This record gives sequence, structure tokens and C-alpha cells, in this order.
Amino acid sequence: METTRVLIVDDEKDFLDLFMKRMVRRNLDVHAVTSGPEALEYLAANEVDVVVLDVKMPGMDGIETLREIKKRHPHLEVIMLTGHGSVDSGLKGMSLGAYDYVMKPFTIDDLLERIQKARERVDINRGKAR
Amino acid sequence: MDQQGYRALRLRMAGAIVAFSLIPLCVLGSFIYSRFSMTYAEKIEGGLRIIVGNKRTAIDMFLEERIAQLRNLAMTNDLDRMGDKEFLSRVFDVIQSGSKSFIDLGVIDQDGSHVAYVGPYELGDVNYSGEAWFNEAMLRGVHVSNVFMGFRNFPHIIIAVTRREGDHTWILRATIDSEVFDSLVRSVQLGLGGDAFLVGADGRLQTTARFNGPVLTPVPAPVDQLFSGERIQNLTLGGQKVLAGLAWLNHAPWLLVVTEDPGEAMSPLLRTQSMVIGLVLGGLAVIVTGALLVTRATTAKIMRADQEKAALDASLVQSGKMAALGKLAAGIAHEVNNPLTLIRESAGWIKDLLTDEDPESMVNYDEIAEVVDKIEHHVDRAKTVTHRMLGFARRMEPVHEKVDLGAVAEQTIAFLETEANYRCIEILRKLDPNLPVIHSDTAQIQQVLLNILENAIDAVDRDGCIEVTTGKGKDGFVWLSVVDSGPGIPPEIRDKLYDPFMTTKPPGEGTGLGLSIAYSIVGKLGGTIGMESEPGHGAKFTVRLPVGQA
Repeated sequence: METTRVLIVDDEKDFLDLFMKRMVRRNLDVHAVTSGPEALEYLAANEVDVVVLDVKMPGMDGIETLREIKKRHPHLEVIMLTGHGSVDSGLKGMSLGAYDYVMKPFTIDDLLERIQKARERVDINRGKAR
Repeated sequence: MDQQGYRALRLRMAGAIVAFSLIPLCVLGSFIYSRFSMTYAEKIEGGLRIIVGNKRTAIDMFLEERIAQLRNLAMTNDLDRMGDKEFLSRVFDVIQSGSKSFIDLGVIDQDGSHVAYVGPYELGDVNYSGEAWFNEAMLRGVHVSNVFMGFRNFPHIIIAVTRREGDHTWILRATIDSEVFDSLVRSVQLGLGGDAFLVGADGRLQTTARFNGPVLTPVPAPVDQLFSGERIQNLTLGGQKVLAGLAWLNHAPWLLVVTEDPGEAMSPLLRTQSMVIGLVLGGLAVIVTGALLVTRATTAKIMRADQEKAALDASLVQSGKMAALGKLAAGIAHEVNNPLTLIRESAGWIKDLLTDEDPESMVNYDEIAEVVDKIEHHVDRAKTVTHRMLGFARRMEPVHEKVDLGAVAEQTIAFLETEANYRCIEILRKLDPNLPVIHSDTAQIQQVLLNILENAIDAVDRDGCIEVTTGKGKDGFVWLSVVDSGPGIPPEIRDKLYDPFMTTKPPGEGTGLGLSIAYSIVGKLGGTIGMESEPGHGAKFTVRLPVGQA
């Protein structure tokens, strides 16, 4: 199986650095951006399998970004990172087409597992598309 | 409004009702009474007028007859014949056979001496020339005297008629026992207190009155007023006010007086008066009772409404407070979550990096690994706190959702456990793991449990235990009970347990709203709340909630 290509979107730089380091160590092809527009820009230019998207960001927030991603790249799967302990925003993301949601603070293995599952789903999506 | 305010309101309402009902009642009562008394007085006066008129006619007729009798005798017989004692005696017998009222009969010459006399008295040689009646009779031709005692020494009247024969004049004079008038008048002495009598122009009684003395007694009758026909007038006789009918006789200078017994005549009026007063008083009693009952019910209703409103206001304030608190909690939790994530990731990264190291060559390898684990563990702890805070915030919004009563109880207990531990109070959980999920409002239920548990902790105060039990009823309800080891609830306040502002805590420490809010919430959720307590043995609160639709 190919390396899973992951784009992580979060406004917190420290978090992104750590996340990248840990994911790379787990053999994932990870790229990080700090805002919704940047993410859309990157997606337009690069091939990505799974997007990990923080719900709460300044400017264009996670839900908005998700809507945009799903519109432009329907085969992509998105996992929402929610700081809201409430399941509400997660559920809202799901209803807009997100694959799953993970509540902060999360464990890396849990997230990894969900990313792998999302990746499988992407493969299926692509297979159908083809 | 306090108790005094409600009492004042009640009094004002009752006063207004009574006043407004009493005015028409009194007006009606006095109107009826005045109309009745007017009509009744008219009736009495009318009756009296007829009686007086009739009696006057009867007496006049009697006198007229007597006068006519004497005049006939005098006109049909000359002095020589009448002067004959034997003839006169015969005539007297004839007259007396017709009317016993004649006592004697005399023929008197113009010089005042008796020509002849028939009667029981020896009056043959009496000379009347000095008597007033003699002169009057000589002057007028007919004379009816007042009652007097005279030579005969008993009450009588004289009727004298004059006959003129040429230049000679003589008088036929008869004495009539005044008793006859007594009997004539007596028949109209009405009822128990009515009187009837004749009064001469000199103000003396001409007949024996029933209450005003024997014949010839002076009475205060208005003999100075002369009038024709009948007159109704109020008189004061013997110190008593009476209604009197008055009429002057035609053939004698006498005033006929007929009085009504004032008590008797007016007794129907008095009865009516007392009846009217009784009716008004009875009406007043009914109105007052009604007013009191109505106002009591009304103020009770207002009081209840005020209390409900106060409870509602309080619960709104409370829920507003909780909502604000919830927002604050959510904000804090969210802001804390990001750094927590970072800490966790950092720890995770350290763990990742440690895998590259050789445990043998690294001096503090084990120590670092252990500390990193601890960091992760404590981040987890902090995570449960923030998640609970977020959960609390979420529950502030009113919802209809699936509720696991056991979980809600667990969360609520967790809120209060620190406080309880601090006071050495143990909270025991006996939660039924097979409790069905119910359809209700988590936030509201949590509020209820919070209020009850807070009360329980306050009741125990220190060193005790609280037992929270859940279970399933057979009737589609689940229940949760909270038993504390506190002093229990005294019987006298049990009725007021759920009243707003009912508190046993010192002023300023309790709002007295906890159970009130709990009660209204449970009611809204379709459940019930109950309490059992034996003083000295703690209290048990049981909340029952419907399972709701599947």
C-alpha cells in the first residue's frame, strides 16, 4: 500500500510541528498548513488522501473549510479535530460529509487508526471513480 | 406581597363588596318600609274617618229624634193640657216605653217654675229661672245642655223645647241619662287601647272615657278648633301620643273623639319594620359571609399565583445563571483543551524519541519514560475535567433527548464529590446498571439531582453518608432516591417543603428555592418527587420520572 498522504490544518504552530514529527515517524506523508484558504490552495496543487481539520480556527473555520473541500475534492476524506467537548460540531461535520471526528486532546494511536480507515475509504472512492 | 398585604387586600375587597351590596339593600329596605307605612297610615286614617263620621251621624240622629219627639209633644198640646199632671204622666209613660233614656219630663212656665213634673225626683217646686239652660232655651227655642250633675246629682243632660202660645211661652224639658251616650260611644272604643268619648265645648268629658277618666273630667281635646266634617289629628292624651278622629256634633256643642290604640294600630307597621330590619340584617349576614368566602378564595388564588410566579422567576434566574456559568465553563474548557493537546503531543513525541535511544546507554531512560507516562496520565485527568465542563455547558440548552439516569446521577455526584469528601461525607452509589434509557431533559434532571444532593450534603453537614439509588418501577417509571444520614425533616415543615423561599438554613445561606425548582422541573418532566423522613433518622427524597416513548 502506498504511503498515506495527509494534510493537517490547524492554527496552532506548535501543535502542527509536533503532529508532523510524530506522523512522519509513523511513515505518513504529512503536510501542514495553518488556515482554511492555505489548505484549499495546497489541495488544488497536490494530491492528498486524508485531511485532518481543526474545527476552531480564526477566519475561515473548520466547518466552512470542510464544505469547500467536499465541494472541490469529493473523493477526499476529512477527519475533524474538535476542541469543543460537545459532539455537536463533530456531528455537524459528519453531516457535511466528514469521515469522522476526534476530540482534543486525543491519543496519536487513536487518530492514526482513524486516518488508516479513512484512507481505505478513499481508495474505495477512487476505485469507484475510476 | 406578605401575609399582611394579602389580609389588607382581602379586607379591601370584602369591604367594597359589602358596601356596594349594602347600599342598594338599605335603600330598598327603607323604600319598602316608607311606602308601606305611608299606605298603612292612609288606611288607618281612612278607617278612623269613617268610624267617626258614622258615629257622629248616629249620635246626631239620636239627639235629633229626642228633640223631634219633644217638639212634637209641645207643638201638638197646649200648656193647659201639658200642665195636667195626669196627662203628662201618661205621655211620659208612652215616651219611656219607646226609649228608656228619658228620666223625667217637666213643663216649666216662662217664670221658671214647674207647672207639672213626672219623674223619680221631687222637683215640683224647683225654680229654673236662674239656670243658664232655661235662659238659653227661652232665647233659642231648643236647648241641649252639657252633661251636668244638677239638682238630681247624677250626670244627665237636658233637652228643652219652647212653645209659644200667643204671648205666653212655656218649656217642655226632658232629662236624659247621659249613660245613653256612653253606650252609644262605647261601641267604637276600638281594640285593646282605643278610646271614644264626647267632649263638651268647655273641654270636659261628656261621656265616661275608657282611659281618660269619668264624665266631666277635663281632657286636652282641641275644643277650640271648630270645623265641619271629620278631622284626623295626633293628640297627646294621658301622656300618650294617639291618632284621633274628631268630629263636632250638629245638635250639641260636643266634639266626638275616637282614638286608635297607637300600639295596636301601628303593630303591623312595627312588625313590618322589624321584618325589614330582619331582612336587611339577614341580607347583610349573607353578603358578609359571601364576601368573606369569595375574597378568601380570590386572595388564596392570587397568593398561589404569586408564589408560582416567584418560583418561576426564581427558576428563570437560576437557569439564566446556570446558562451563563455553562458558557463560561465551555470557554475555559475549550481554551484549556488546546494546551492540553499540545502537552500530550509533546509527551507523545518524547515517547517517540525515546524509542530511538538505547535504554542501556541513556542514564535516565527509565525515569524519563515514567515521567512521560505520568504527564500523559495527568493530561487525561485534566481532560475529564474539561469534558465534564463542556458537558455541563451543553446541558444548559433545553432538549428532549435520550437520558441515562445512572450516568446523569454519576456526573452530578462527581460534581459534588470533592465538597462531600472535604466534609467527610461518603456518597454511596447503588445504581441499577439495567436502567432503561428515558426520554427527558438531561440538564433539567441534573439540576434536580444537584439541588437534592446539595440539600442532602447540607443536612448531613459533616461525617455521614449519602446513598444514591436508582431503580425501575413497574409502571413505566424509573426512580432515583437520595437518602441522607442527617437529622431528618421536622413534621411541621413538611407541608411547606416545596414552597418557594422555604429554608431552614440561616438567612443569606439558602435561597429556599432548591426544592421548589426541583418540584416544578420534575412536574414539567411528568414525574413526581416525594419525601419520607423520620426525625433523627435522615430524610429520603425519591424522584420518579417517566420512561417516555421508546
